[in-house]
Amino acid sequence: MSTELVQVQGLAKRYGDATVFDNVNFTLTEGEFVCIIGHSGCGKTTILNVLAGLEQASEGHVFMAKREVNAPGLERGVVFQGHALMPWLTVRQNIAFAVRSKWPGWKRAEVDKQVEKYVALVGLTPALDKKPSQLSGGMKQRVGIARAFAIEPRMLLLDEPFGALDALTRGTIQDELLKICAATRQTVFMITHDVDEAILLADRILLMANGPQARVAEIVVNTMPRDRERATLHHDPQYYRIRNHLVDFLVERSATLSHGRAPEQPPEVRPGLTQTAEILPLDTHPAIHRSTA
Amino acid sequence: MKPSLAFRAGLLSLLLLVCLLGLWHLATLGGTQAAAPAAMTAEQIEYAKLMGKPIDATPVAAKSGFPTLAQMGRTVVHHLSEPFYDRGPNDKGIGLQLAYSLGRVGLGYLLAALVAIPLGFVIGMSPLIYRALDPFIQVLKPISPLAWMPLALYTIKDSAASGIFVIFICSLWPMLINTAFGVAGVRREWLNVARTLEVSPLRRAFEVILPAAAPTILTGMRISMGIAWLVIVAAEMLVGGTGIGYFVWNEWNNLSLPNVIFAILVIGLVGMALDLLFARAQKAITYVD
Repeated sequence: MSTELVQVQGLAKRYGDATVFDNVNFTLTEGEFVCIIGHSGCGKTTILNVLAGLEQASEGHVFMAKREVNAPGLERGVVFQGHALMPWLTVRQNIAFAVRSKWPGWKRAEVDKQVEKYVALVGLTPALDKKPSQLSGGMKQRVGIARAFAIEPRMLLLDEPFGALDALTRGTIQDELLKICAATRQTVFMITHDVDEAILLADRILLMANGPQARVAEIVVNTMPRDRERATLHHDPQYYRIRNHLVDFLVERSATLSHGRAPEQPPEVRPGLTQTAEILPLDTHPAIHRSTA
Repeated sequence: MKPSLAFRAGLLSLLLLVCLLGLWHLATLGGTQAAAPAAMTAEQIEYAKLMGKPIDATPVAAKSGFPTLAQMGRTVVHHLSEPFYDRGPNDKGIGLQLAYSLGRVGLGYLLAALVAIPLGFVIGMSPLIYRALDPFIQVLKPISPLAWMPLALYTIKDSAASGIFVIFICSLWPMLINTAFGVAGVRREWLNVARTLEVSPLRRAFEVILPAAAPTILTGMRISMGIAWLVIVAAEMLVGGTGIGYFVWNEWNNLSLPNVIFAILVIGLVGMALDLLFARAQKAITYVD
């Protein structure tokens, strides 16, 4: 049985009277890949920043390996939305900057070895000594991913890393990410807007209701085999069941569950396998009864 | 094939130079022609005798008036053939005078950089200090550096040091403001990268903020150098003794316009060289985002 790595308890963010989200509860298990989906403005990025320690929540706590998270740390690697590479450094220097932060005592050769290993992992060895401005958008994002992986964090946080990329590039990098995560059993928490991306990459998908007072309304367990591939994904009938469930949520239920109408403890659902949770009408939803009780 | 833009621009510059020199030649040609044959009046002869000058000497107007191109050329050759001679306080080679000026500018500028860059860093990092110091900077910045001269002379009691102080005060502001601006404008995402990597404050300052703000800082340093070179001439005219500014003033007192014009050209060329130096440095540290 895998262990719980991260607990998020009763997280809330308010600006004055406006509550962006509240009562956000979920856990992350060691080695699992979790995606969070929701409309813009529901606070996904804020939740990720709180997990990263870059922002403080108004209420609630985040625990990682039984320690409370309240500052950024090297055990959590972050891939930023806009790659955030330092343009005056080459690819090698950018990643070496991170590696030297994690292991300050390392000699040059050790740093180089670590850098080269992770650059090779994202297939950028030929661009090792180029500046970011000489790279395409997709290559820059790969460097960002390599930098986050190179410090070997316990958890990786990705803030919509492929949002700015074209569909083809996105596909290739998704494949690479899938490969690396499968090989390293990395715990990943990722924001995405792309339903297909979530189904391809995630073991569990957190569905977030709209703001104000957004919540994680439901957790979809990805019931497809873990060795799924982008090319054959859509041949599996299960794929459409999950996809329809996600799209239905985003189109309709995310709006009806705004203003704190979503349950505080999100139920786990397995679309297409157990047809219980999602067909219950809202007022008889077990989770809602629990929260009002 | 069309010749390159650089070639055509160079050709046009050359043409303009020839035109200007031609105009100069034409303008001074009339002056000397008119002055030369004019016979001296009785009073002028009397005055010349009184001053112990030969009566048939070339009229004063031709000697001290606006020089012809040939006279200018002789002056240039004369100065360049022996730039570093030193025959007393009022007769030094142009190279030596330039060295004095450059020394003053260098020292004052360096002192200003030592103060402005660290202070600018602090101002840029702390909104509190930025707000607290802003009124002082706004009031002190527009003051002409020469206005400080009497105060400097009174307090420092040394004209050479006062000259350096004036350079210091005039090169301080652009560097200070640009450093603060550059540091305050460092992208949040780079700072967040440093935060998630638990980078120490010192390493963050030198490895993230400094390179990120370097192009802006260097722009300030370039502006400062330009201003310092402008101000040194005026400062040396006031302080006297040595330097290119003093040279200009001295030659004006000698009514030697060729020397004044030569000095003006030299000031321009040195200023251009200094600016080119900074342009090079700027190119080296500017990053493409």
